[in-house]
Amino acid sequence: MGKANTITIDNKPFAFEPSETILEVAQRNNIFIPTLCHLKGTTPTGACRVCVVEVKGARDLVPSCATPAASGMIVRSESPEVIKARRNIIQLMLASGNHNCAIRKFEPDDWTSFHLNVLKEDNYNELCPVWGDCRLQDLAYRYQVTTKSLPVSLANYPMERVNPFIIRDFSRCILCGRCVQACREIQVNNAIDFGYRGAKAKIVAGADVALKDSDCVFCGECVQVCPVGALVPKETFKHKKRFEKTDKVRTTCSYCGVGCQMDLIVQDNKIVEVKGAEDAEPNHGSLCVKGRYGYDFVSSPERLTTPLIRKNGKLEESSWDEALQLVAERFIEIKTKYGSDLMGVLTSARVTNEENYIAQKFTRAVLKTNNIDHCARL
Amino acid sequence: MTNTIADIETADVILVTGSNTTENHPVLSTFIKRAALKGKTIILVDPRKIKLTEHAKKWLRPNPGTDIAWINGLMNVIIQENLHNKEFINNRTEGFEQILDTIKKYTPAYVEDITGIPADDIIETARLFAKAGTASICYCMGITQHTCGTDNVKSLANLSMLCGHLGKPGGGVNPLRGQNNVQGACDMGGLPNVFTAYQKVDDPAFIRKYETAWNISGLSPKPGLAVTEMIHKAEKGDFKSLYIIGENPLISDPDLNHAEKGFNNLEFLVVQDIFLTETAQIADVVFPSFCFAEKEGTFSNTERRVQRVRKAVEAPGFAREDWKITCEIATRMGIKMHYDSAEEIFEEIRKITPSYAGITWGRIDKGGIHWPCPTVDHPGTPILHTTQFTRGKGLFHVIDHQPPAEVTDADYPYVLTTGRVLYHYHTGSMTMKSDGLNQMSPECFVEISPNDAAKLDIGDGEMVNVFSRRGKIKAKLAVSSKAVDGTIFIPFHFAKAAANRLTNSKIDPVAKIPEFKVCAITIKKAA
Repeated sequence: MGKANTITIDNKPFAFEPSETILEVAQRNNIFIPTLCHLKGTTPTGACRVCVVEVKGARDLVPSCATPAASGMIVRSESPEVIKARRNIIQLMLASGNHNCAIRKFEPDDWTSFHLNVLKEDNYNELCPVWGDCRLQDLAYRYQVTTKSLPVSLANYPMERVNPFIIRDFSRCILCGRCVQACREIQVNNAIDFGYRGAKAKIVAGADVALKDSDCVFCGECVQVCPVGALVPKETFKHKKRFEKTDKVRTTCSYCGVGCQMDLIVQDNKIVEVKGAEDAEPNHGSLCVKGRYGYDFVSSPERLTTPLIRKNGKLEESSWDEALQLVAERFIEIKTKYGSDLMGVLTSARVTNEENYIAQKFTRAVLKTNNIDHCARL
Repeated sequence: MTNTIADIETADVILVTGSNTTENHPVLSTFIKRAALKGKTIILVDPRKIKLTEHAKKWLRPNPGTDIAWINGLMNVIIQENLHNKEFINNRTEGFEQILDTIKKYTPAYVEDITGIPADDIIETARLFAKAGTASICYCMGITQHTCGTDNVKSLANLSMLCGHLGKPGGGVNPLRGQNNVQGACDMGGLPNVFTAYQKVDDPAFIRKYETAWNISGLSPKPGLAVTEMIHKAEKGDFKSLYIIGENPLISDPDLNHAEKGFNNLEFLVVQDIFLTETAQIADVVFPSFCFAEKEGTFSNTERRVQRVRKAVEAPGFAREDWKITCEIATRMGIKMHYDSAEEIFEEIRKITPSYAGITWGRIDKGGIHWPCPTVDHPGTPILHTTQFTRGKGLFHVIDHQPPAEVTDADYPYVLTTGRVLYHYHTGSMTMKSDGLNQMSPECFVEISPNDAAKLDIGDGEMVNVFSRRGKIKAKLAVSSKAVDGTIFIPFHFAKAAANRLTNSKIDPVAKIPEFKVCAITIKKAA
């Protein structure tokens, strides 16, 4: 490997592919460079500049997400100058809106007292909904940036909560544009874009209308990629108990045949959020409105909880033993009286392979007929 | 699908037909839309002005039920202009000479007469498709839900073979499957004519194989009935019992008024589901079962990828897993079926299912594997037919246009086509439990073109009665630029105005699929 395709980062040489950016080479080699606006698979915008690095011979710091690696390039990922620049950027972002996560004196192990102190100090009833799960907060903590000396901007625009799925809190938006990239280049729905200029800048849907009146189809890709608390899933906000344990279970979506991989976030035996699995085929983190927000049915009070038997024309609750025995006896009776071929089973395109296998085995081996089908055609 | 979902994005040309992809397979549609964004050519063939038209370079709008004609028309131009792939045809296919006579008839002018697609568009589209380095065909129920559904699919296969767009990345004939595990239900032998992996039930060798594996005797060598046939028989009193697992045919079956009669005629109906669906409500016994988030298992997606399903929460009340309920019934009927886990069932499946033999739960823990996967060291098969077709050589089929089973007339002057909307799923038993989804799509609607609405003198949002020869429903009129003159779209999700009261239960003779995409209706303002 010659020098021709080698870049030096923090005094170590790394080989790179012709189209790779500095950021990509660094990430592939586990060198930390912070990012906010960068969104994998989309055109780099270089909007936030938090990923700046020092390149020997360059006049200014360069955004690593938008700068191609070049042969002989010598990069310092975290020089004093880089750190200073990043602290400035982070501080301006914190001051640009309602970021009451207060990176102040606190014991990180003692979240409860910290939580209470924040509430008291900021005089806010509503702590940021993504506290503890926020890229900006993480960076502020890492680089020890506070907003103490700066005046904090007031919200320019009111919160939008008129749709059933997504809360848009413009006061916490840092205008990184990840949501716009996700909407335009990943889902290609083109529902949102940057609107207005300067201090009035805002992410707008259509001609600055509510999401529900725009081309938005509520796939939630923007929510998944929002690095701060500007886009929040409404149901999660309502039901998830903050700072309490959650479990994450990887599974396959149960709606259409695409088979999106998703993580179910579970608390107290209830799904409180669904996230697209970013590290998995075929969907790489994308979901649709049904997969992401259509999980209410799982814990619906209308779920069937006990066997039912029709008695005197009405379905009445029964024990498993009674219901199973009745079904077995009636099937034997009908099989004896009319023969196997007047009996049938409809298995399901909804249940698992294992359950389908058992259903056809039952039909063929027990009922002794091939009258089994499902709604493949419907 | 012959190819993978990711593969679609790499095609130079993507022909999408009979698929409202952005509403029915939203995530898959992102691959098509991204391809368009990168400058790839999308050809869309669909009567409705669906969202994907905004991303398509070419949009052909055929009269409903005329797919064979436009496909043959494309083939006519391709052969006429000598754009067909002779090497592929010679090496990989047979029967090409036999189709030439039939194809000759489908000149662009003749096809325009049948389909309403301008002859020039047929010519241009044919050139785009044939000249593409790689071209993928994606289709869905708009192609299959016809009395000529099987022939529609064979026609698409003809077209793809003609240009050699099969068996390679970025190509293929790709059916988009509508339900999470419809692929798996078929793979597992949930069909009347095959065991797992499509091993025929009337083949003595397979009967012996299954009798040995299951340690029983007397398997029936007679192929069974499709659901539509069972219901027809039940209507006449010639079918006695049904055990329905996780399906709601009283909304999803065609010609519901007749279907209801069939179900009510059964002597014994058992329904196993997570909700008291319309079908469960008329059952003699109802078993409560688990939903996907409560159990372990596998689903096979539309690209034949076998993926894990995992338990996240406990099921409510006394509900039980579907397979446990079925096994318990079997055991009480004197044939013991016992497994300790779903994985144990999968191990049994592997032993008698060649295409799944190499897949284990361990292997798919981190990501799924595409069948066929014959051995545990086989990586799976993302793309089918790369060196040969299942039967060896790909066979061209001679196929002629055939009109739908029911055509419009003076009494029923509109064509009805049914389908889904983004915010609901099938019969709505799951999605209609979500306030948010209900808010976005609260009720049934009758989508009509502005011209037709003006002719009827009925406004947007007014209630109308819709009649077919089989039934009547009442719903709101939705005047929409999506609709083409003469064709009405109604989603079939809604029990209160079930579109399937109107649909025709005439089926394709091979696939037994009903003709949901074409029947004749009339519309009147509701009093």
